[in-house]
Amino acid sequence: MAEITKLIHKYLRHDKKFPHVWCPGCGIGIMLGALIRAIDRTGFEKDEIVLVSGIGCSSRLPVYVDFNTLHTTHGRALTFATGVKLAKPRLKVIVVMGDGDAVAIGGNHFIHAARRNIDLTAIVVNNNIYGMTGGQYSPTTPYGMKSTTTAYSNVEQAFKISELAVTAGASFVARGTVYHANQLAGLMEAAFRKQGFSVVEVISHCHTQYGKLNRLGGAVAMLEWQRDHALPVEQAAKAAPEALADKFLTGILVDREMPVYEDEYEKIRVRAQHREGE
Amino acid sequence: MKKRHHEEVLLQGNEAIVEGALRAGCKFFAGYPITPATEISEVLSVRLPAARGTFIQMEDEIASMGAIIGASLAGVKSMTATSGPGFSLMQENIGFAVMAEVPCVVVNVMRGGPSTGLPTSPAQGDVMQARWGTHGDHPIIVLSPSTVLECFELTVRAFNLSERFRNPVILLLDEVVAHMREKVVLPPPEAMQIVNRVKPKVPPEWYVPYENTPSGVPAMADFGEGYRYHVTGLTHDVRGFPTERPDEIGPFISRLFRKISQHMAEIHQGDFYLMDDAEIGVIAYGAVARSAKRAVRDAREGGIKAGLLKLSTIWPFMRTAVEKALGGCRAVIVPEMNMGQISREVKRVNLGKALVRRLSKVDGTMITPDEILKAIMEVY
Repeated sequence: MAEITKLIHKYLRHDKKFPHVWCPGCGIGIMLGALIRAIDRTGFEKDEIVLVSGIGCSSRLPVYVDFNTLHTTHGRALTFATGVKLAKPRLKVIVVMGDGDAVAIGGNHFIHAARRNIDLTAIVVNNNIYGMTGGQYSPTTPYGMKSTTTAYSNVEQAFKISELAVTAGASFVARGTVYHANQLAGLMEAAFRKQGFSVVEVISHCHTQYGKLNRLGGAVAMLEWQRDHALPVEQAAKAAPEALADKFLTGILVDREMPVYEDEYEKIRVRAQHREGE
Repeated sequence: MKKRHHEEVLLQGNEAIVEGALRAGCKFFAGYPITPATEISEVLSVRLPAARGTFIQMEDEIASMGAIIGASLAGVKSMTATSGPGFSLMQENIGFAVMAEVPCVVVNVMRGGPSTGLPTSPAQGDVMQARWGTHGDHPIIVLSPSTVLECFELTVRAFNLSERFRNPVILLLDEVVAHMREKVVLPPPEAMQIVNRVKPKVPPEWYVPYENTPSGVPAMADFGEGYRYHVTGLTHDVRGFPTERPDEIGPFISRLFRKISQHMAEIHQGDFYLMDDAEIGVIAYGAVARSAKRAVRDAREGGIKAGLLKLSTIWPFMRTAVEKALGGCRAVIVPEMNMGQISREVKRVNLGKALVRRLSKVDGTMITPDEILKAIMEVY
């Protein structure tokens, strides 16, 4: 059996819910491939993994994977994940969200999860649009671009999701693309192994909605755009400022040691028990 | 604050809810500060870590509700507490808990509304919101205490019913009951019945997480116990996977209602007080039931045969008990600190049996015994 077939049989509910809902050429399937390769490398047991998602195209992912899976309400995945993790800290909790899910309706939860530094991994698939509802502009739709609700032109500025996570206090923040699929699996693996709140922003494409409305070509052309505009952080450090103008950084943006919520709260439990015992 | 049981203690309603939650086995609380429910958070932030549980203050009430659902799915009894504005924010996730059949307890200490309203004044305006606040047709259980002891007892009962029926249970109380202090005698732990969710006994490959069982309540596996299943707010089949098949949707929604409707007698709890020979009945709940009890006694002293039906279960509506009261009385008064919410339900099931009068008060103060007595005398 080919290596990839073994992974599919081990990690996907391949005999239950396929074919999946994603459009042909979508980046989410590539992201799912990277996700299961990364999990396989960590050696986590399937029973120990809880995969939580919100609402949107990428949030349909849990139905296809053979873990404890939880498909929550729009924007709230991190809040459910917080409850799961604190109730049973031995579980490995991974949260998959889209850009609208994570930083529009769920923006408050996103920054507070980062600030608390609970040991969760948030994977944010950023395709610059609300895909499932048919192509409305999201908080990551760039200025000047079109969507079904910015028919003339988007006049708002876009969030930079990774930079937001860094500022909000996440322990680990990385950005990858679905074009650089092997790098993406490596970033996810590092995030899963990290103690504390980790974020992997996945630059993906929605050729069906965003690409069509903005005449960016098909899935292949949009993948090539990722190839041509991604700049690894190591190279960016040496590059001239003008070379960075139309690029976005990929790789590990932050990897720092900070107090993890569960460890800190365990100290509180010990203090509280001591006090009760007095 | 260490409690020795069998001992009389002076407790506030909100504190008694904490005692009830701990006694029921609550190990997880997520909440957001809001008057007049904040004491529940404050006391649990001290008590839960000492019980090796977890208290967390979330960024809002939406997050609090999400967190308690997550904790419950991981196998831990969980609760949140709030007031009107926060209760409004929780509604979407309460619907998720109904749909995914996740046991949890939501305390709503009512304030005057709408909107920010009267944060420190009593009201009973959330009765219908507790029933229908989240979208879609759904079953719900709502309990309402009228004494500090009942705050304790009904909190334990709320956990028991939520575990038994895999449904969120709402404890709905008014600011008077929440902040009133009374002497209570807490029963010893061994004298209390504590219900835990039924777990699957079959091996994981045979587990059907949303099975259509005779009781209507399927066994519930905790995350991380080897039963890897899917939980979703989408309408799902018996395995938990999203479905659009009418032959799966219909039976599923029917089962959600059936698991409550075929256990009404187990869920309903109320007290008939001097109702056997009553000509004038009063139907009340919460703090108002206390005024009503006094009014009934005063009426009896004046020679009027009055009685009280106190409702501790608000939803599902106690139709059988109310019909009994309506059948025996010439007139029934329904005093409420709202513009008429339970009184409409009473009128709905009345079918001409008795004269039903609502007695509404929405000025941020309690309904007094004299006001109820006056209403009794008007219909006598």
